[in-house]
Amino acid sequence: MAVSESQLESGREPATEDEEEVEARVGWRYTVARIKRDTTARWGLYVVTIVLFVAIYAVVDSNLSLLTFGLLSDFTFARLLPIFDHPTHIPPPGEGTQHMPPYFPLAEQAWNPLPAGGTLEHPLGTDHTGRDYFTRIVYGTQVSVFVGLVSTFIGLAGGTVIGAVAGYYGGRADDILMRAVETVYSIPPLILIIVFTVFVGGANIWYAVLGVGITFIPVFARIIRSRVLSIREMDYIEAARAAGVKDRHIIMRHVVPNSFAPVLVYATLQIGVTILIVAGLSFLGYGAQPPTPDWGQMLNIAHGYMHSNVWLSIWPGIAIMITIMGFNLFGDGLQDALDPRIDD
Amino acid sequence: MSSEPLLRVENLKTQFFTEAGTVRAVDGLSFEVREGEIVGLVGESGAGKSVASMSIMGLVEAPGEIVAGEITYKGETIFGLEEGPDGELRKRDDALSDEEIRTRIRGNEIAVIFQDPMESLNPVFTVGGQLREFIELNRGLGEDEAKAAAIDMLREVGIPDPEERYEEYPHQFSGGMRQRVLIAMALACEPSLIIADEPTTALDVTVEGQILDLVDDLQAKYGTSFIWVTHDLGVVAEICDRVNVMYLGEIVEQAPVDELFYDTKHPYTNALLDSIPRPDRTVTELEAIEGVMPEAITPPSGCRFHPRCPDAREVCKRVHPEAKVVDDAGGEPHRAACVQHDAFDVGYDESPPLEGVAGGVSTVRDEGSGDSGADSELAANPTGDDSGGGSRE
Repeated sequence: MAVSESQLESGREPATEDEEEVEARVGWRYTVARIKRDTTARWGLYVVTIVLFVAIYAVVDSNLSLLTFGLLSDFTFARLLPIFDHPTHIPPPGEGTQHMPPYFPLAEQAWNPLPAGGTLEHPLGTDHTGRDYFTRIVYGTQVSVFVGLVSTFIGLAGGTVIGAVAGYYGGRADDILMRAVETVYSIPPLILIIVFTVFVGGANIWYAVLGVGITFIPVFARIIRSRVLSIREMDYIEAARAAGVKDRHIIMRHVVPNSFAPVLVYATLQIGVTILIVAGLSFLGYGAQPPTPDWGQMLNIAHGYMHSNVWLSIWPGIAIMITIMGFNLFGDGLQDALDPRIDD
Repeated sequence: MSSEPLLRVENLKTQFFTEAGTVRAVDGLSFEVREGEIVGLVGESGAGKSVASMSIMGLVEAPGEIVAGEITYKGETIFGLEEGPDGELRKRDDALSDEEIRTRIRGNEIAVIFQDPMESLNPVFTVGGQLREFIELNRGLGEDEAKAAAIDMLREVGIPDPEERYEEYPHQFSGGMRQRVLIAMALACEPSLIIADEPTTALDVTVEGQILDLVDDLQAKYGTSFIWVTHDLGVVAEICDRVNVMYLGEIVEQAPVDELFYDTKHPYTNALLDSIPRPDRTVTELEAIEGVMPEAITPPSGCRFHPRCPDAREVCKRVHPEAKVVDDAGGEPHRAACVQHDAFDVGYDESPPLEGVAGGVSTVRDEGSGDSGADSELAANPTGDDSGGGSRE
């Protein structure tokens, strides 16, 4: 790869794009340009973009079946996989029939022996209640991405505020905030989240999201604080104070933006982790509840059918894997792109 | 001394309460700044120059604290302490509150230029954006007006193509250009006083010269007063009107600039002057001041300079001299804190020289006009040469 890159380098014209890169080593355009040149980061970016697109698409196209399967019927491949020929057991009518958008009830044949998987209508087959598995995976994207973003945002926002205030003011405020944060940090996250969800009102995906978010406040707070401690000593902070700027303004405009790069990277990686944790919670029954099409919860149901239809477990697993890998690759790439010391 | 000075600092004491003990960073500092003059604050590293300037701005951070003194600005007490009913020190009622200092004084009335132009601009925002925001905050202008004012200001400090450079980031500016931006920022709100904390120390000599010229021009144009904190006596000679020489938190000599250079009254100032490389003298080795400045946590007894002073005598260990008027330079007092002078009647002449102090540093400067007894006394006692003894180090 190094060879191909150096070839690229030598072959490249000293175009305007190059000049820009030399001049500015900060800013969005520069970061995006660097991500585009880094193969790993680029793939991460692609995957994240696709996952986000699917998630948004699932919201927009609530009548997913029409559009998606109209398109898919032309090039579905799943028919070739023989594994779907195995019908799963037929659930008692009524379970999961309360209305949720991801349903694909197949009214006319639902409670008959289920159609074999791999048809045009059901490229990934159906689950134990006859719901289309592909649709559920797609809607699962929406849930997972949402969960990952929201809980990471909670951790990020809470951690940034706490870390910045603790680091900037120091002294007593620092002691109180950081000891509180360390207390939370010292409890194993999964146990903390489970206790939290049970405490606030039982198994519910939103409680799980909130719990995960709060659990990750300490990590962000510590990263931000350690950065703020060094940023605080910079002359431009002193200069702002000497110019009579308010503390709040200094924190918002000077301290946080300059401390943010490592946190942004961490947050991107964290999205993947939170998706995994919420999937785990759902798998354990503390997160998303049926009939919400959450990947973890789908795995929970699917593991009862391991022997009859292993694909029920594999598809959500693949979906989780791709999503998390995408965010991780993207986060790694972002880290390189935001670090001006790394040359490519 | 006809009118009220712009800024008057009286008996300012700033101390840092550390685990190792109390550091008397600034210990009884008194000086004043008049309208339109540049006052130098000179001393070695650690003399307390920067702490003094931060104290004026009310920006001393814990564990530091101003424990005594009064600061008057334009006739208004911006800092003052009194003893409360329970013996505790508390802020006087007529002193400005922290909030008032922040909104009215900092930036608007007194601005600061910092030492390192590389570090004094926020790297994540454009230069123009920072200047504009600063103007918006302090002058209450709208965004467009503030932008126009910012570009004007950049042009004023000699930045070429200010419209284009407005959009650039600090790292795209050279050190000298950044210092110009910082000067623009300091001047943006047309303050009456600018504290320049070693603003040219990080620059190379040619750029330093340009910046000094710029400051000279702008000072003439805006009539701003400056407190110029530096350790460079060359810079002091170039731009200052009056000079305060600091040693270990105290002012040891205070005089108009020419007086200070040609009629030096304190051995420390003398030693400082001798340590400067000069184009008109060829020396094999620079005459550094012997030893290092003691810790402000345990200052030496008596005169704080005596362990390093070539003229030190036994009495210097016992008597702590306060700066007194030792000479009069055309209506301006020349203050010095050295018991050599007649103003201090503590028996310096009779006192035996100290053994083992740093010797061979002093060359008594005799360029002075010698219109006072103090000067002749200096000349009569070339103690530096015969105080003998090797250096302690």
